[in-house]
Amino acid sequence: MTPSSFDSMTILIYDGTWYGLLCCIYDVYEYKLGPVSVSTKEQHQPDAFSNTQEVFTSAEHAKRVLKGLHTKLSPTGMAAIYSCYLSELPEMASVIIRYARLLFSSGISEKAYGNPDVLKVSQVAKMVSRERHRMKAFIRFRLTQDDIYYATIEPDFNVLPLIVSHFKNRYADQKWVIYDTKRGYGVFYDLHTTEEIQLDFTVDPDKPTDTNIFAENEEQYQTLWKDYFKHVSIDSRKNTALHVRHVPRRYWKHLTEKQV
Amino acid sequence: MSERIREKLAILADAAKYDVSCASSGSKRKNDNKGLGNTGSGICHTYTSDGRCVSLLKILLTNFCIYDCAYCVTRKSNDIQRTAFTVKEVVDLTISFYRRNYIEGLFLSSGIFKNADYTMERLVRVAKELRLEHKFNGYIHLKTIPGASDELMKEAGLYADRLSVNIEIPTESGLKLLAPDKDRKDMIKPMNFIKQEIIQNKNEIKLFKKAPLFVPAGQSSQMIIGATKETDKDIMYTANSLYKNFNLKRVYYSGYVPVSHDSRLPSFDSAVPMLRENRLYQADWLMRFYGFHVKELLNNETPHLDLDIDPKLSWALRNPNQFPIDINKADLQMILRIPGIGVQSAQKIVSARTFQRLNWENLKKLGVALNRAKYFITCNSADFERRNLSSMQIKQYILASSASKYLKSNSTQLQLF
Repeated sequence: MTPSSFDSMTILIYDGTWYGLLCCIYDVYEYKLGPVSVSTKEQHQPDAFSNTQEVFTSAEHAKRVLKGLHTKLSPTGMAAIYSCYLSELPEMASVIIRYARLLFSSGISEKAYGNPDVLKVSQVAKMVSRERHRMKAFIRFRLTQDDIYYATIEPDFNVLPLIVSHFKNRYADQKWVIYDTKRGYGVFYDLHTTEEIQLDFTVDPDKPTDTNIFAENEEQYQTLWKDYFKHVSIDSRKNTALHVRHVPRRYWKHLTEKQV
Repeated sequence: MSERIREKLAILADAAKYDVSCASSGSKRKNDNKGLGNTGSGICHTYTSDGRCVSLLKILLTNFCIYDCAYCVTRKSNDIQRTAFTVKEVVDLTISFYRRNYIEGLFLSSGIFKNADYTMERLVRVAKELRLEHKFNGYIHLKTIPGASDELMKEAGLYADRLSVNIEIPTESGLKLLAPDKDRKDMIKPMNFIKQEIIQNKNEIKLFKKAPLFVPAGQSSQMIIGATKETDKDIMYTANSLYKNFNLKRVYYSGYVPVSHDSRLPSFDSAVPMLRENRLYQADWLMRFYGFHVKELLNNETPHLDLDIDPKLSWALRNPNQFPIDINKADLQMILRIPGIGVQSAQKIVSARTFQRLNWENLKKLGVALNRAKYFITCNSADFERRNLSSMQIKQYILASSASKYLKSNSTQLQLF
């Protein structure tokens, strides 16, 4: 056993932000901590046997950690860590800390998939990447009366930050809003820049063509799309299991073609 | 306008759906004119109830046709409703669908009315209007009409991301039988023309970075499977020659869907050969990404792919002298040939083994299908398959340990107990 494993576990309490998490890594080295686990204030349940330590979020510290990670990781590896953070899976904060310590202290590479933490980071990053890709595919805009294309999403992971640039490049000449109703925030593009927004209303999902909100011909295009969807299917090849595997049921609510 | 358009869309989408290509990748058109759309690695926006990807608005410009090909639903002699879109209607549908993030772009094909040039000219006009008047940078796939002039083909290539010429039937004799008005030569000629133009365009881009793009996503083709009596060997050898001779990006295999009571064709109630189609795609992937030569997979001794096991496993069982392979030593090319290991796990294995020698547990976590792979490999473990199993025994063990998704629907064997 290494000496550090005799130390009791320290629980780091952070604010749940990306920079906050990076500051956890900073503090591990600053205070020469032994094994740590990480948790947010909301998740944390105090117990008598472990030390807790609150992490102060500082942009300066976070940037130093990022700089350090840059020297150890490829761009893909950097993106993988950020994706793991966006997964919001409770165990990932601790995995990221262990992973960073491996990189800094043992010189292990991001491709050493034999190590469980390295493998976990690559697997969760892959899961988030799949969700990101699905959102690029499954977002359905509806044209509002004030000429804004509006879409709502409820992704499993917090992938909105990962898809903004895709939509900004693609729909450069139309105003749009993508709103994550599960997390209560969205992004608005005004033909020049994107900004994060919070709305105090959401469109009734049962009225996707509400004429008080949506443009006059919006319903017509939704109908045409539904018609098209129906007619491209080949009945003699029907394969519902395959269909559902590609388009899981939890996404149907927001898909125009799946509404009757 | 709505009802009229709905009717047209229903008819012309219905008629276009037997073209299976839906790829929207391979082109890197940027949205740098502050216009609409771009192309990248391709996105499937939804999937039909038969599980096929919907990436493009796939329609015919018209289903009027002067040809009478037996396998085709829009053949002249078929008694169906005929209609045609105007150029403006197609452009409007494409733009409106694209803005709502329904699609990646347009796949436009057409029945042949009047003559090849007349039809091709209209297809090109749609693409031109989208690109020039609407600054549309999304994906455009145009079907080329055999027999159209070189000038039109060239113009099509300037606006489209992909062009395709369908070879239709894998063998020349099959084509003669089912589509007596068509000639294989008329399909080969445009393929060759597009290939030459693409090569020339690549050279131009090397010299002038701003040279206009020509068919950046390359060309593809499609064959109908099971309409004639061709073997899998016929099919894959034709596909191989298309890849080799015309640098095709993709060849699609489309299981014949009965659309006609014709004595030359399988009966109207015969099932679509979906399992066969699946095996052909697997063989196609082995050729393109796994370094297999078509002759290793299909030859005079094995003119058909096994239906009950995948073609890689089938190759491995025919070549037991190549195994077992040491996972920690063999080069990537050999690892790719192991049943149960795909391109991604092969690459992960090669990366990971530079840090530690891999054992069964590691391989499983990396995503290797051990139920198949374990008979063909050794790794960092004293535990490996020591019995001297015959190929037949291995096949039985593997079949017993896995449940094929196709078995239920295709069970023709009697249950013993």
